[in-house]
Amino acid sequence: MAEVPGQISCTGGGISQFFERVCGYSRRCLFRVISMGPLPNHLAFIMDGNRRYAKKCGQEEGSGHKAGFSALMSMLRYCYELGIKYVTIYAFSIDNFRRKPEEVQSLMDLLLEKIKALLEKESIVHQYGMRVYFIGNLALLSDQVRAAAEDVMKATAKNSRVVLLVCIAYTSTDEIVQAVKKSCISKSNDIDASGIYKHDDTDSDIEGMDMEEQEKRIQLVDIEENMQMSVAPDPDIVIRSSGETRLSNFLLWQTGNSQLFSPAALWPEIGLRHLVWAILGFQRSHSYLEKKKKQV
Amino acid sequence: MLSLRVPAPTSFDFRRFNAGGLDRRWRLSRDCLFSLSPDFAGRGIGFGVRSAKSEMAPFTAAEEETLPEGLQPELMPKHVAVIMDGNGRWAKNRGLQPWDGHRAGVEALREIVELCGKWGIQVLTVFAFSTDNWIRPKIEIDFLLSLFERTLKSEFDTLAKNNVRISVIGDSSKLPESLIEVINEVEEVTKNNTRLQLIVAVGYSGKYDVVQACRGIAKRVKDGEIEVGEIDERLIEQELETNCTEFPYPDLLIRTSGELRVSNFLLWQLAYTELFFAQELWPDFGRSGFIEALMSFQQRQRRFGGRKS
Repeated sequence: MAEVPGQISCTGGGISQFFERVCGYSRRCLFRVISMGPLPNHLAFIMDGNRRYAKKCGQEEGSGHKAGFSALMSMLRYCYELGIKYVTIYAFSIDNFRRKPEEVQSLMDLLLEKIKALLEKESIVHQYGMRVYFIGNLALLSDQVRAAAEDVMKATAKNSRVVLLVCIAYTSTDEIVQAVKKSCISKSNDIDASGIYKHDDTDSDIEGMDMEEQEKRIQLVDIEENMQMSVAPDPDIVIRSSGETRLSNFLLWQTGNSQLFSPAALWPEIGLRHLVWAILGFQRSHSYLEKKKKQV
Repeated sequence: MLSLRVPAPTSFDFRRFNAGGLDRRWRLSRDCLFSLSPDFAGRGIGFGVRSAKSEMAPFTAAEEETLPEGLQPELMPKHVAVIMDGNGRWAKNRGLQPWDGHRAGVEALREIVELCGKWGIQVLTVFAFSTDNWIRPKIEIDFLLSLFERTLKSEFDTLAKNNVRISVIGDSSKLPESLIEVINEVEEVTKNNTRLQLIVAVGYSGKYDVVQACRGIAKRVKDGEIEVGEIDERLIEQELETNCTEFPYPDLLIRTSGELRVSNFLLWQLAYTELFFAQELWPDFGRSGFIEALMSFQQRQRRFGGRKS
């Protein structure tokens, strides 16, 4: 009996669904195996290569960023399915404001659209109980984008299962400057001006110092608690796509001991295999580092 | 691993060993160098012996070497930073003692310093001793620092002769007075040298540098010199300890031994630094590894957040 078109499309749709289910099942099995080893608690992504991807596909630039957004959603799902609690993404750097105004505007429009979409019922926020932070110098954003970001932060403040930190209008050096300013202000009444390291500040001198005087000096903890990223632990892994091996002013303070991976794939091409590879690399060096820590 | 040692200039005035004379063990204890790992413990204490064969002739401007094929002079980095990782593993792989690994590491460092001088790299920063290393046993630290001091004293003249400027950055508050004096003297004597600036990071970490910069700024705020609102990136740059050089930001950071992290070496200064992770252990790095790192650097497209048109 000849099949009618409706039956063919139903069969086609059924095959596609079946294939998706098989993929999902395989992925969960793979994740179960990977979870037998140590897993990172915090992953950070530098999403590089969207424009090159669009150029490679012979399309206009905007389509590269849209493809990049889809890749981001997939990676977030993989991370949260695997049980990684914190994910940080470098969405827009302060340096990126130097690009052509049209490009900056189109990026801002895309960001606004996607930020607003986070509040929709079917969004990834509700699916995973995600808390969202927007980290950066938000004053540099347009009122609309800033307001949307603040709405999302407020709306997700009670979520706690997983956390997404979006670095927007961000550079690490700017984050440090803001933290230094806050530290100065909070210590401004009792800063001990003589507490400069290069002088005779040996341990015995510090011990001899009045406890009150010691508290007046700016300490590492003062700066750290004033960093915007203090809401999350330091990243265990930083993945930068497109093969570039540099941090580009991203989380300099927080990535001192992070594992750095730079797969050659452009960001829209990033996939599960890159994530798995990075985690396996992390697990390999993690056991070595734990051994070293125990030897101390 | 990283060595707490005088970063090698291009030649040394070695005390010549009389092979038939002194007991080797006595010579070891007289001329040995210690090394420590900037990472967690486990690399062990190492002794490195400067061998007579590693004495090199001082280079002069006339001997300036042309760059190897493939390297373009206009794309050479001005400032290279190095995390010299892998001496301990190198020795272990060969069934040798850790000090043999560090000895080999000294040779590798010497070679890199010489190449930097010949190829027009203006600043070389090496990570010798991290703030994390202070957790080592005191007896180990004391011995290490006293050897570092003796080595600095003995290399004084050679450094001056080879037009290498030495700068030491890091938290000197925990260093012995005598070592601080030697460091100050070496820095003073070599401060006008122009061939190559060798920055040795001792008791240093990127976070320490930012904290001490912050304290410097806080003092200036307290003295009424600046307002809190005036604190910006430029001000912090001025207070960082790498303000001892005209080129405080490394263009290229090389870490050997395959570890993919910066281990809190520099922080602010690495914002736009190209990172190169070499698989070889530090003693194996040498000229060919350095050329590979420089070639990789020269092929990179540095956009600093903007767009390459």
